[in-house]
Amino acid sequence: MTAMTHEAEHHGPPSNFFQRWLFTTNHKDIGTLYLVFSLVMFFIGGAMALIIRAELFQPGLQLVDPYFFNQMTTLHALVMIFGAVMPAFTGLANWMIPIMIGAPDMALPRMNNWSFWLLPFAFAILLSTLFMPGGGPAGGWTMYPPLMLQHGMSFPFVIFSVHLMGISSIMGAINVIATVLNMRAPGMSLMKMPMFAWAWLITGFLIIGVMPVLAGAITMLLTDQYFGTTFFSAAGGGDPVLYQHIFWFFGHPEVYIMILPAFGIISAIIPTFSRKPLFGYSSMVYAIASIAFLSFLVWAHHMFTVGMLLAGSLFFMYATMVISVPTGVKVFNWVATMWRGSLTFETPMLFAIAFVILFTIGGFSGLMLSIVPADFQYHDTYFVVAHFHYVLVTGAVFSIIAATYYWLPKWTGHMYDERLGKWHFWLSVIFVNILFFPQHFLGLAGMPRRIPDYALQFAEFNMISTIGAFGFGFAQLIFLWVIIKCVRGGEKAPAKVWDGAEGLEWTLSSPPPYHSFTTPPVIPETEAPAR
Amino acid sequence: MRLESKKSAARAGGVVFGLLAAAGTAHADFALNMTPGVSSVSREVYGLHMLLLWICTAIGVLVFSAIIYSVIKFRRSKGAVAAQFHHNTTVEIVWTVIPMLILISIAVPATKVLVVMEDTSNSDLSIKVTGYQWRWGYEYLDEGISFISSLDRQSDLARQRNPVIKPREVENYLLEVDNPVVVPVGKKIRFLLTSNDVIHSWWVPALGWKRDAIPGYINELWTRIEEPGIYRGQCAELCGRDHAFMPIVVKAVPEDEYRAWVEEQKARMAPGRQEPAQAANPAPASQPQQALPPAAAAAQDVVAEPTLAELMQLGEQAYLTNCASCHQADGTGMPPMFPALKGSPVVAGDIDAHLEVVLRGVPGTAMVSFAHLSDAELAAIVTYKRNAWGNDTGELIRPADVRAAR
Repeated sequence: MTAMTHEAEHHGPPSNFFQRWLFTTNHKDIGTLYLVFSLVMFFIGGAMALIIRAELFQPGLQLVDPYFFNQMTTLHALVMIFGAVMPAFTGLANWMIPIMIGAPDMALPRMNNWSFWLLPFAFAILLSTLFMPGGGPAGGWTMYPPLMLQHGMSFPFVIFSVHLMGISSIMGAINVIATVLNMRAPGMSLMKMPMFAWAWLITGFLIIGVMPVLAGAITMLLTDQYFGTTFFSAAGGGDPVLYQHIFWFFGHPEVYIMILPAFGIISAIIPTFSRKPLFGYSSMVYAIASIAFLSFLVWAHHMFTVGMLLAGSLFFMYATMVISVPTGVKVFNWVATMWRGSLTFETPMLFAIAFVILFTIGGFSGLMLSIVPADFQYHDTYFVVAHFHYVLVTGAVFSIIAATYYWLPKWTGHMYDERLGKWHFWLSVIFVNILFFPQHFLGLAGMPRRIPDYALQFAEFNMISTIGAFGFGFAQLIFLWVIIKCVRGGEKAPAKVWDGAEGLEWTLSSPPPYHSFTTPPVIPETEAPAR
Repeated sequence: MRLESKKSAARAGGVVFGLLAAAGTAHADFALNMTPGVSSVSREVYGLHMLLLWICTAIGVLVFSAIIYSVIKFRRSKGAVAAQFHHNTTVEIVWTVIPMLILISIAVPATKVLVVMEDTSNSDLSIKVTGYQWRWGYEYLDEGISFISSLDRQSDLARQRNPVIKPREVENYLLEVDNPVVVPVGKKIRFLLTSNDVIHSWWVPALGWKRDAIPGYINELWTRIEEPGIYRGQCAELCGRDHAFMPIVVKAVPEDEYRAWVEEQKARMAPGRQEPAQAANPAPASQPQQALPPAAAAAQDVVAEPTLAELMQLGEQAYLTNCASCHQADGTGMPPMFPALKGSPVVAGDIDAHLEVVLRGVPGTAMVSFAHLSDAELAAIVTYKRNAWGNDTGELIRPADVRAAR
């Protein structure tokens, strides 16, 4: 091992800044670019969320025009989904998958560079629409026609930027699949792979399966607007509901694209800090695979109130309910992993435990939403807003934060500030619940989503929620500071940062050499399944 | 399955489910939980919701207890030594099969309720609901009554930025309309839902459901309201700038009171109707329990040859109700999405071109067709636009001109 690292150190990164970051084909540099980009987007999307919550602090319109409010809800979603969560997972895949499976780099390094560098341009275009005549898109991130076709200049720019994001995601997914399937070290069979690699392999197929469908839907919107087609216009013989079917055929797997890699991360962190192997490795793999498969069969559960055949409603209700079984298996397995372990509570573990509890709450409201008659009441209310923020913020985002703390010493070679990390955790977990839990009550009491102003009986919980939002938002500045501080210096991190950690990434120095595993490591035949 | 529980049980559910339930007793106005509603269907839906809530709560208690127990009991700082087991097939089968059984126990009642909800046959009366940006149109198909229902004036004033009255001073802020939907109790009412422009969603929580109003589609769902009362709701599907400002008010009254209201409406509709076949409606004038506002009264009295002053008076009212949320009360609009009308070349230009925009809308923009307004209202609005805010063209558009342009 030492011989190999020495050899690799002869080839460091280019010293020229532009050569290194603009032209890089190195998986670690590209991973870093993705992660920094997603952090910037997280704060931009977060600022939009705070504008939304500030307007909702009190009844009445205090700060923004309703039309601008709609732009904020639309862009907040697009920025967070395509700018923050998905690139963060791609960044983690770039950094970690090659060094987890003993590969020297990603399979397609030049495409890797391109798939990253599309993103800054895509988001520059998307965000520039805010400064165009008529402002940004205001039809919701779902972009339903006919509303989406009432717009200012922004519309074609939004479509084009979403196309770019889609191309970037597809290339990233192809790269992960090619890497995982072709570049594993000798002896690492698929069923010995770390769970993160498994989760991403399956996510990759989801991305390739559905991003082109989204591209098709929004291209049809574009031709409806500019080339005289009437795919979605009832007046021209088209069907506005068709768009929703196509969109959600993308949209539901997209939800799992944002959560399956999180499952992989949590399955790495909990065993490390429980000092115990992951419980039920193979059932975890099958659970992820069956969730991914089922995700293609449940899209219309976003559309129960659109009105469909009774048989259709029943099919989509049953299929959606079934998803809770493999999801439950995952939660039970994580708990069983902690059971009779030897637990310590460093920041990554704290976020991972919070993930399991809070994601499960999001899962409960998801199960409730799958029941069609009840969904007729829940749909398009703050109950739904609470549901998907529990799975996306305390689910996906918490897993990304946990992963950052877990691997930050590996990336930088320095330990992060554990005291600040704990502050970040406790403030985040308290405020995020103040932010989103009352939204369950608001939804049940009858507050629709996507409204800038509300009736007086919703005032108290909206005020509480806004206080939570600002607390949660500002707590993330601690996260930023911890990262900056850790990159700049700190206590030297050993190769094996966490004593309970298993896996190839911990055999490399911290930080790993610029080129690692140029000679594949050998995995012993007898070794127990990885985590 | 039906959990006959009133407020206290609702609160209890919230308490178990919630972190902030203690606040629930402090204030009478707000609810923590779904309303049981006022129809048999809404109570079934509520029962289903409570069943789900309790099942989730029970599972949550089990899972979270196991996590908390592990966190307390199996800490390394307390000397816990890690066991090394990593699977147990029996346990894994058990926790796959038991959730399946729980799901089946939910699916059975849910299916039953859904089958009942979707059965719209044998209804006693049918009401067609049309979504407009941003108001609702109602048409009683059996009675030939129709009208438009918009946000009431008080809420509309209070929802502006820097408002003249504060939201907290308005009773039923954002949940009050000028013309409520009056329906009889105890009758099976079938609602037919469609839209004139973008997708809306008609939702009154007390009835137990919402359903989308989609252009080109007619959706249907039904209710049988059991208790007289006023039930409020809102549009639930994002429909543009004023999505938050198109409430729904359903007024359920005893059968004889409903009949009296219907006769009153029919009498009102009879003389003013210009083209009864057309789905639209005359003026925003059907206010059973209030005195008619001056403009609405004027709309009824407008004759074939109104004076400029009459048209301007009616026009201002109709403009404020229908046009001002985008083009603003002072006609300055919010360019470029919502163009100014003050000094606008369209408004100052050819009358036929102006009428064309109002009647047909402008494709690809937020300007939709306003053909659902009456000839008298459109004539007044167009006249008002062409003479207000210094647009002084001095032109007068008569209802007959509008009819000719349709």
